[in-house]
Amino acid sequence: MALSVREYRARIKSTESMKKITRAMELIAASRIIKAQQRAQSAAPYARELTRAVSAVATYSNVDHPLTREPENPQRVAMLIVTSDRGLAGAYSSSVLKEAERLAEKLRGEGKHIDTYLCGRKGEAYFRFRGRPVVRAWTGFSDQPSYEAALEVGTTLIDAFLDEEGEHAVDEVHVVYTRFRSMLLQEPTAVRLLPLEVVEGEERPASDEVLPLYEFEPSAEAVLDNLLPQYVQSRIFFAFLQAAASELAARQKAMKSATDNADELIKKYTRIANQARQAGITQEISEIVGGVNALADAQAGSE
Amino acid sequence: MAEHLHVELVAADRTVWSGEAEMVIARTTEGDVGVLRGHAPLLSVLTDAVVEISTADDGVVVAAVDGGFLSVANDRVSVLSQRALLPEEIDVDQARVELEEARGLIGASDEAERRLRRAEARIRAVERAS
Repeated sequence: MALSVREYRARIKSTESMKKITRAMELIAASRIIKAQQRAQSAAPYARELTRAVSAVATYSNVDHPLTREPENPQRVAMLIVTSDRGLAGAYSSSVLKEAERLAEKLRGEGKHIDTYLCGRKGEAYFRFRGRPVVRAWTGFSDQPSYEAALEVGTTLIDAFLDEEGEHAVDEVHVVYTRFRSMLLQEPTAVRLLPLEVVEGEERPASDEVLPLYEFEPSAEAVLDNLLPQYVQSRIFFAFLQAAASELAARQKAMKSATDNADELIKKYTRIANQARQAGITQEISEIVGGVNALADAQAGSE
Repeated sequence: MAEHLHVELVAADRTVWSGEAEMVIARTTEGDVGVLRGHAPLLSVLTDAVVEISTADDGVVVAAVDGGFLSVANDRVSVLSQRALLPEEIDVDQARVELEEARGLIGASDEAERRLRRAEARIRAVERAS
């Protein structure tokens, strides 16, 4: 209760303006998240058709492609970590990074060397601050990923994977991103992207509906050659879209609790300020009353 | 058997066109291919070119695709491409500039040739539509 009423008023004011800011950010995140979900939905048909095509080829030809070949003794792995560009999203970036650390720990335990690739300024800052080497970092698209961005990242990773001898040649590629489960739940996930495993997500064809016997033009190998890189890129794009939706959801949640906290703080300060004001008034009154009494006593004494 | 082909033209980030059609003409690496009802299952690699869809209601949808795939099975046709543009989304002047630029670079790299083909495909798509 050391501060004057005026100082408490100033605090209330600044908390109020903070609340306005966090409230605005919350609303922005809420409106963007709908867009992000729509983007994820409109990207789904492409991924679905691509998966169908890949599984068609995989079913009717011997899949032996550099992208699916398991290296015998993986020594070096690449790890792509998808973080956000901006903060104020609660624990979003740090939980992805934590998951990445866990994966790195496990890979190191298996005696593998890790090349780190990053997306998002937060991850970049985290690694730079700790002075850890990063092979490449991409920034500037975390909340609105474009397919071009995914294409660039995908090409780089595929090149590193196919490269046999180079400085950054790797035998495996892992991706750590945040999966968007619902508005309330986003979980950091680590998946192995390359070498590709048997196609996932394809529902078993019903017994009467066998996958048709495709003709491949120019040849099954050529189709596969074209198909697999695009499949990989589409997986990366999917990871980006999920991460973007998760980031916005995390931001909305963080900003909502910030707004609630500001509300509480304002209430508390208002109460203290009122108390301080009341105390001031009480003191003034008691001073006046005291003064009047003293005067009355003095007069009574002189009479 | 369905009356028409069910066609889906999908780009990486959206469905560009989807509906019933009489015929689909696309350019694969082996040459032009036309798909009618009852076509044998086919999976084929496309080049950067124009895809033409004759819709069930006698219309024509043209789109410029940047490579991709054509997959046909059970009267379902999917045209997959990382990027597919409808004529109204194409900036013809920009495509012309691109065409000239790529012509100047031709022979230098495969990339230039690709750009040339892409630009040509776009201009052709617009011309076909108008």
